[in-house]
Amino acid sequence: MAEEFFIQGNEACAKGAIAAGCRFFAGYPITPSTEVAETLARELPKVGGSFVQMEDEIASAGAIIGGSWGGTKSMTATSGPGISLMQENIGYAFMTETPIVIVDVQRGSPSTAQPTMASQSDMMQARWGSHGDYEPIALSPSSVQEFFDFTIKAFNLAEEYRCPVLVMADEVIGHMREKIVVDDNIEVVARKKPEKTDDYLPFENIENGTTPMPAFGDGFNIHVTGLTHDERGYPDTNTPETHHNLIKRICDKVLNNKDKICSVKSEGCDDADIIIVSYGAPVRSAVEAANRARANNQKVGYVKIDTPWPFPDEQLKEITKNASDVLVVEMNLGQMYYEVDRVLGKDTNVHLMGMIGGLLPTPDEILDEINKIGGN
Amino acid sequence: MRTEIRICGFGGQGIILAGIILGKSASLFDEKEAVQTQSYGPEARGGASKCEVVISDTAVDYPKVQSPDILVAMSNEALIKYIVDLKDNGILIVDPGTTDVEDVRDFIEEHNIEVYEAPATKTATDEIGLKIVANIVMVGAITKITKVISKEAAIKAIEASVPKGTEEKNVAAFEAGYALAE
Repeated sequence: MAEEFFIQGNEACAKGAIAAGCRFFAGYPITPSTEVAETLARELPKVGGSFVQMEDEIASAGAIIGGSWGGTKSMTATSGPGISLMQENIGYAFMTETPIVIVDVQRGSPSTAQPTMASQSDMMQARWGSHGDYEPIALSPSSVQEFFDFTIKAFNLAEEYRCPVLVMADEVIGHMREKIVVDDNIEVVARKKPEKTDDYLPFENIENGTTPMPAFGDGFNIHVTGLTHDERGYPDTNTPETHHNLIKRICDKVLNNKDKICSVKSEGCDDADIIIVSYGAPVRSAVEAANRARANNQKVGYVKIDTPWPFPDEQLKEITKNASDVLVVEMNLGQMYYEVDRVLGKDTNVHLMGMIGGLLPTPDEILDEINKIGGN
Repeated sequence: MRTEIRICGFGGQGIILAGIILGKSASLFDEKEAVQTQSYGPEARGGASKCEVVISDTAVDYPKVQSPDILVAMSNEALIKYIVDLKDNGILIVDPGTTDVEDVRDFIEEHNIEVYEAPATKTATDEIGLKIVANIVMVGAITKITKVISKEAAIKAIEASVPKGTEEKNVAAFEAGYALAE
């Protein structure tokens, strides 16, 4: 039996979190993400979970890191100004390999800019926001159903790779209402706990992977630090090899599993001259634009990137190999565009349709760009 | 077929709930596709409030309303502000108690708009004894006039959307609105 709901994206995100086993939320309310917190404040206690409204976003990120080390799947939700404040602790979570989920319902930026309007201006902050070398995983939903599904997926990936996972939504998807179908059988990845043995290493140098993670109180007496640490977790800040091995493993466990993590959808790309590439809410406009162009006998296809990070280089190259032109549509002045250009720029003309101001690009506006490129 | 509906009025009239009920009726009970969006900003309190619904037999890709087929106005300010986007030959439903169609008569003539008057606020006050159910009265009128959702689906959606204990009054409000347009 599946259940159906007609709800907002932010409510679907909260539902997804609970379905994925999240039992701790700490956050600071911010438009346009507030309904995620509001829903979880109401629903978490009903399933034995806890909700804490923190004093700010740094504390929120700190609290969910603590929640996760306490053995509870944990998340926060915010928007641009909040994700800026969280960056220090996000870096700490990457360094300590702490599974957490961070939801960013993006709004007009920089600074506090446009609280109630949509944008995709935090995509590079998701990638490079904290200092240092790390490889984030980020998912971008394009529908209310996907906001539900991707939140579950985010928790599963966080457990699988023992790292923070970001759900990069936007105001359009956060606030619109659509039908979602909730299946009875949802695949949930449980926390892998270690066996209590004498030679257990909480940060063991396992190729492309991680070691199971104990919770505080399980009796492992482990040390968790943002300093460069050895396999036991003890600080070792002056040995180049220790740092190299640790950071390489933190990056490689994501990079060398890209074929399992990356997800891309596409349609009409085999014979397309022009391919629209987008993610998040603009996909909705891109699909309609591509369908209308096809109806008008223009060879146009589209690619929808589900996982902006790690960037799906190989899939994108393969799907777009026959196209002469690629049009990147995003609600910023060019962020993922530079990634697409890095991957395809040698053989393909990569164009940017970057829109700011807070409104979703319309199919007509995309069709105008296609016609400018030469889709006639 | 894609139908774009815009409902507008004052903040506080239940404009958003009216739109949610249309979307819920179509997508959960009429086996159609629907997306509901709303104006979201400081103007939502006291000023003009706007709620939009796209209903279609096939997947709704672009989720926003561009040029509505149906405009429902429950305040004069909103009527004047939003009528300009209404499609040629489109349907306009107004509450004559809170709007004056004469103010937009030129647009109506020029674009061949089909106009219906549904005294939702008066009906809610006189027949149900509760002014606050004017939005549900209007949902009844919209259902009857436009047939964009079925009566059965609308009643199920109302029962699923209104606060517990108020179902009966709200369904009565819907029936009164449905009867207005007969």
